[in-house]
Amino acid sequence: MHITHRTAHASTQGTVDESHLDDKRRSSLRNRFERVLPKLVLSPTLITTMIFVYGFIVWTTFLSFTRSRAFANLHWAGLLQYGRVWEHPRWHVAVVNLGIYASLYVVLCMAIGLGLAILLDQRIRAEGGLRAIFLYPMAISFIVTGTAWKWILNPGLGLSKLFHDWGWTSFRFDWIIDSRMAIYTVVIAAVWQASGFVMAMFLAGLRGIDQDMVKAASIDGARMPAVYRRIIIPQLRPAFISAFVILVHLAVKSYELVVALTGAGPGYSTELPSTFMYSFTFTRNELGMGAASAVMMLCTVAAIMVPYLYSELRPRSGSGSH
Amino acid sequence: MLKKGWDSPQMVMGKHNYVSRGVIYGLLAIFAVVYLVPLAVMMLTSFKPLSEVYSGNILALPRAWTLEPWFKAWGEACVGLDCSGVKGFFWNSTRMVVSAVAISTFLGALNGYVLTKWRFKGDNILFGLVLFGCFIPFQIVLIPMATFLGKIGLAQSITGLVFVHVVYGLCFTTLYFRNFYMAFPDELVKAAMIDGARFFRIFLRILLPCSGAIITVTVIWQFTNIWNDFLFGASFTTGSTAPITVALNNIVNTSTGVREYNVQMAAAVITALPTLLVYVIGGRYFVRGMMAGSVKG
Repeated sequence: MHITHRTAHASTQGTVDESHLDDKRRSSLRNRFERVLPKLVLSPTLITTMIFVYGFIVWTTFLSFTRSRAFANLHWAGLLQYGRVWEHPRWHVAVVNLGIYASLYVVLCMAIGLGLAILLDQRIRAEGGLRAIFLYPMAISFIVTGTAWKWILNPGLGLSKLFHDWGWTSFRFDWIIDSRMAIYTVVIAAVWQASGFVMAMFLAGLRGIDQDMVKAASIDGARMPAVYRRIIIPQLRPAFISAFVILVHLAVKSYELVVALTGAGPGYSTELPSTFMYSFTFTRNELGMGAASAVMMLCTVAAIMVPYLYSELRPRSGSGSH
Repeated sequence: MLKKGWDSPQMVMGKHNYVSRGVIYGLLAIFAVVYLVPLAVMMLTSFKPLSEVYSGNILALPRAWTLEPWFKAWGEACVGLDCSGVKGFFWNSTRMVVSAVAISTFLGALNGYVLTKWRFKGDNILFGLVLFGCFIPFQIVLIPMATFLGKIGLAQSITGLVFVHVVYGLCFTTLYFRNFYMAFPDELVKAAMIDGARFFRIFLRILLPCSGAIITVTVIWQFTNIWNDFLFGASFTTGSTAPITVALNNIVNTSTGVREYNVQMAAAVITALPTLLVYVIGGRYFVRGMMAGSVKG
């Protein structure tokens, strides 16, 4: 506030020459201040980012190379903790689960999202209302989603009971307590939550499509499926790339949903790297192993996010203001 | 062949028109029902007495509607050993969200302003560095942050959580305002400079009055994200200082004896209500925020 007041009444360049020397000096000081002010305003964010993002990444990475267990210590251990993580059966389960979960999550979300977007793009009445319905899960906490789906998938009282009451007495659905199938319940809930988001991305893409080519193709007698396959979907490439990158990185970060839905169980059959990291760090007092697993998660995310962000920001730097 | 009035492919569907319209609406209706079922199940279950929860099925309408599960979830449900419902945690989350959203939005607006209207060498690289912070898996900062919050005496506190959410929310708020101000005409800023306006005056008088939409987007996005956070809440707080998502998870996982699914569902709906409400009121802005979160603005 103080600064605002002062600068509001500051003299402009033009009047400086006519004023006293003393004023001149003060005003040049003020000018210098004005010049650093933007950077000064930006600095809290830059400093916190440097410390709490990059500094902490370095800190965790460093810990992953030490013998730290219940308490952090500085005894260098090389790759010992990474070896311990990779030797651990729970980590194997976590990695396999992440593979299953991430691929199904990405593929199903994109397929459903694209399907819904195409359906909604057919001049639908009540499009806004339908969009709102497909998107509301994104506004809800993963913990709520997990709690709700845990109840719906309850082997005794959930869907099974519903279908029994409706007359389908042989229906059984107990994936959530089946250690081989439980990871797929996580996929179901996660796809339910995120596919609307992908729909919104594709819908935005569809709305930006060059209609002239579509018209030309229709005049040539191309049928709708062909028009979509040959002309429209290829033009959605940027939307596909964005959706893919966002979904993969969300999949790697998935944590809350598993905690609420299965608690990484039964046993540790729905363990993911994120739950592995949390339980080894906070309940098993294996800071070094927790740090090592976190570093591997970060590397996975960085491997897809860094090229993406680079390509997203690159063309802008030339065409920005100034 | 050529019909008058067509201007998009969907009009050129010929004689199959009625059938395909029917299929399209049918599919959309099925999907809409599937998407709504979980919310309906939560709602229906939360208004049932426990006996009906066990005797009926998840989509059966309550025969005797009751608000008791809601009262119980609000004031009596056991979160760990503390049986006073979610109300305390609801207020924890509210306090946390209000401060964290206000601070991060304010700073984000200033950052966006500097990054677009007061550009300097290397600003894009700095922005890229800040932006990457949006996408890191937060597991990578949990251990140092827990240590740090302990050292400065903010562990187990709402203030600590506010701090964490501001720090890791800044990248998103900066992204939003930067992309928005990018499209703001530089000429207006330059004209104001010639008129003698300085840094803060230009921001307050020229940019801020035009920023209503982006402020709404940012506030909604930050509100939703921070309210829904679980990882930080679970890592940095315990007991009565936890946010509501942590409390909900505890209610669901610590109930002993007969599981009161109706109370669990009421607690879940209470947890979801603020963000759902924001979504219903400001859905348009919510979607814009999400799209901007996938970077291109």
